[in-house]
Amino acid sequence: MLAAIGVQSMDELLLDIPSSLRIKALELPAGLSEFETMAEIASLAARNRVFPDRLTFRGGGVYRRFIPAAVAAVTSKPEFYTAYTPYQPEASQGTLQAIFEFQTLIAELTALDVANASLYDGATAVAEAAMMAHVHTGRNEVVVPGYLHPEYMEVLRVFSEGRGIKVRRGTEPGPKTAAVIFQQPDFLGLLVDARSLTESAHAAGALAIACVDPISLAILAPPGEYGADIAVGEGQQLGLSPSYGGPHVGFISCRKELVRRLPGRLVGTAYDKQGRRGFTLALAAREQHIRREKATSNICTNHSLCALAASVYMTYMGPDGLRQVAEVSFKRAHALSERLAALPGWEPAFPDRQFLNEFPMRVPKGPAVVRKLARKGILGPLDVHRWFRELKGVLTFTCTEVNDPRALDELVAALES
Amino acid sequence: MTEPLSFEKSRGSAGPPRLPDANVTAPEPSQLLGPEHIRSKAPGLPRLSEPEIMRHYSRLASMNYSISEQFYPLGSCTMKYNPVVNETAAALPGFAGLHPYQDEDSVQGALELMWRLERALSAVVGVERVTLQPAAGAHGEWTALRMIQAYHHSRGDARTEVLVPDSAHGTNPASAALSGFHVVEVRSGRDGRISLADLESKLSPSVAALMLTNPNTLGLFERQILDIAEMVHATGAMLYYDGANLNAFMGICRPGDMGFDAVHMNLHKTFTTPHGGGGPGAGPVGVKADLVPFLPTPTVERTNGHLTLDFKRPKSIGRVRTFYGNFGMLVRAYAYIVAMGGDGLTQASRDAVLSANYLRKQVEDDLEMPHDGPCMHEFVASARNLAQDGIKALDIAKALLDRDFYAPTVYFPLVVPEAIMVEPTETESKATLDAFGAAIKEIVAQAKTNPQALHDAPQTLPVGRLDEVAAARRINAYLQGQSDDPVLRWKAAEK
Ligand SMILES: Cc1ncc(COP(=O)(O)O)c(C=O)c1O
Repeated sequence: MLAAIGVQSMDELLLDIPSSLRIKALELPAGLSEFETMAEIASLAARNRVFPDRLTFRGGGVYRRFIPAAVAAVTSKPEFYTAYTPYQPEASQGTLQAIFEFQTLIAELTALDVANASLYDGATAVAEAAMMAHVHTGRNEVVVPGYLHPEYMEVLRVFSEGRGIKVRRGTEPGPKTAAVIFQQPDFLGLLVDARSLTESAHAAGALAIACVDPISLAILAPPGEYGADIAVGEGQQLGLSPSYGGPHVGFISCRKELVRRLPGRLVGTAYDKQGRRGFTLALAAREQHIRREKATSNICTNHSLCALAASVYMTYMGPDGLRQVAEVSFKRAHALSERLAALPGWEPAFPDRQFLNEFPMRVPKGPAVVRKLARKGILGPLDVHRWFRELKGVLTFTCTEVNDPRALDELVAALES
Repeated sequence: MTEPLSFEKSRGSAGPPRLPDANVTAPEPSQLLGPEHIRSKAPGLPRLSEPEIMRHYSRLASMNYSISEQFYPLGSCTMKYNPVVNETAAALPGFAGLHPYQDEDSVQGALELMWRLERALSAVVGVERVTLQPAAGAHGEWTALRMIQAYHHSRGDARTEVLVPDSAHGTNPASAALSGFHVVEVRSGRDGRISLADLESKLSPSVAALMLTNPNTLGLFERQILDIAEMVHATGAMLYYDGANLNAFMGICRPGDMGFDAVHMNLHKTFTTPHGGGGPGAGPVGVKADLVPFLPTPTVERTNGHLTLDFKRPKSIGRVRTFYGNFGMLVRAYAYIVAMGGDGLTQASRDAVLSANYLRKQVEDDLEMPHDGPCMHEFVASARNLAQDGIKALDIAKALLDRDFYAPTVYFPLVVPEAIMVEPTETESKATLDAFGAAIKEIVAQAKTNPQALHDAPQTLPVGRLDEVAAARRINAYLQGQSDDPVLRWKAAEK
């Protein structure tokens, strides 16, 4: 090959690099065989403790759920996972159609007009929605009532600071408010009054941004039904494993009027000369590769494969399966909360508030409870005091369809012991 | 072949999958929740059986080109083979089953992996520390700019501009704008490198950083990088490295030594995490000592073999996403680095440069080469020489699809008209490169003999060229309320 290029040595190809910059070698160990590589990686995996699904009662944004085998069977197809962003539509119809279906599924679930192809995670989805509202209204403040996931809040702040947008905790939007951003159910699992929050946003001329749990929408009124302008959320529960926090998938959908402000990829239908329907990237004039510094967002690579997993999951479940999953989770969580409230000294932290399948309990010696459960092989509740000073002794428990009734018995028995 | 949408295949009669029953005594949601909370109309998800779903997605898969089946010389994207062992590693229950809010003591292996990956990446790019949190390249760019901004602010220096070359990737100016900077473009010279004179004229005390990739997007090494670094640093600005092109010189040289203060890496390019049809990726950012205090929280620390997450970093810009990054992608990249080792990574880069120069040679008589070689890991050709035959870069791209190759990147970078950007990577054989070179020759010959055939390409795929202009018009009509077809989603016909 060197001869064909017309050089004597590899180094002749590297002459543009100043010699003072050349290094001798990387300070890294030598390579290993596949067998040795896996041995090393597996030894790291073995130093982690994995709690069984059924004995996991911790949520806080990442949940254990039943993942149909069909999900991995699809996402592990190399035709999907080794393809790039579909720049050449004719050779990428599989990915494009799958994304188009994802957009439709999210739009249906949230009851809004249009969803995009995906974002990195729930937190960046919240931040991107805030940017949309800022540009749309020309206002420089977002108001966050209640318990938004603390990490979403932090990411929102970091994004907003860069753009000169103020993030204010509170319930009262004002004339400077671009959006009211609320989470339904909130970080503690409690339902908020989404309808009146949306109305108060609109009354102030601001947008309403609802951060929602996708499974909850099988039961709960979706953002489109109560008039929210933008829905965002984290799609991990739709067929993705916890994986120490990622990769998961953020989603965003909005009303028609805001479509041109959406960040990232959008796929739409288009037709060829013979009139065959295909799918292609659409409204690219919003995006960085065309608009550069005027783009609606800087996002390029998104979380396509995770969106594919979510699509397979939602298609597998269908409307009835999704409802079944949501209801089973609801009932198990309510059964558990009754039993926990009967423990001496334990009480619901917000007895007047409704919840779906995650709920806060006020308990004596919270941290000790969590440690005790871990000793018994149970990944117990989440101690939310870490983020909220006013929530001392408050632990949130999560139940889903994977926590079978015997698992609930085991949890309660462990707490009683 | 086309495949109906899952929504179009949906059968009302397909029952839901069998799922567990609650088997506990508890009220129904409608008994506890107020009616204002209850969904009034079920979401319109499709109803299909598992066999129908599996067939649907298998058919969709068969409509994709991918590295697993095709040569994918997409310039700037480093579409190298993704070792399958990476997938096995990431799927280990000891990783995939970890909850992000487990106690540190119970995730020592995960933290150790992150700690080691940080060290390995630091060694490759020559920096002090690395954050693994950003989810992709663009996210990494923005994270780095936020750190640079915080650094200047901490010194009472409110710099407002970021310089970006005209050959830069679109994410660079977009990330700068998202950080609140004013973007100023720097021109490329005739040799394809940044114009030092233009740079000089744009540097000022308001400039916070110059964003550069090296080799630049033309595949050319910025020979005067040390001078550039000196000029930038002399004005108090920082030098940012867009690591999309890192595959060119692992083990050969390092951005840190060139004077870059912050460096993002695309693990989904250089470090073989699969691209997934558009992500997920991972975009770690490495920084020199001056920027370390500003790294996102948490960082992974190690004392006496015990690993912890450090959230108490008073100068940190804060968190840029949830949890600790795309951990599953970090596992894959680490597996790749362990398997390759320092020797393997170095060889990979040398082979990538060799492949690109070899392929450049194969096609240099057929396409225009706007810049002299040698190139690094990729090269940019131009289809301008075929303009008299009415052939454009896009026609060549589509004709390649018919010859079972994915197309190179076209119309980027913007500084080359009719750009065709080719990055073969090190994992392709000489036979593949030869076949691609032969295909280009054949297409260029066809430009003279039968240009219509090229305009009509592709012919062998599920659809031909799609009318994007008409699609945009239809979207407009929908957004303006003149049409019911949303174009951007499927919608059931009104009954
Ligand atoms: C030169 C360059 N910079 C930045 C990026 C952005 O990376 P990502 O797509 O991971 O956000 C890319 C790739 O798309 C690129 O090619």
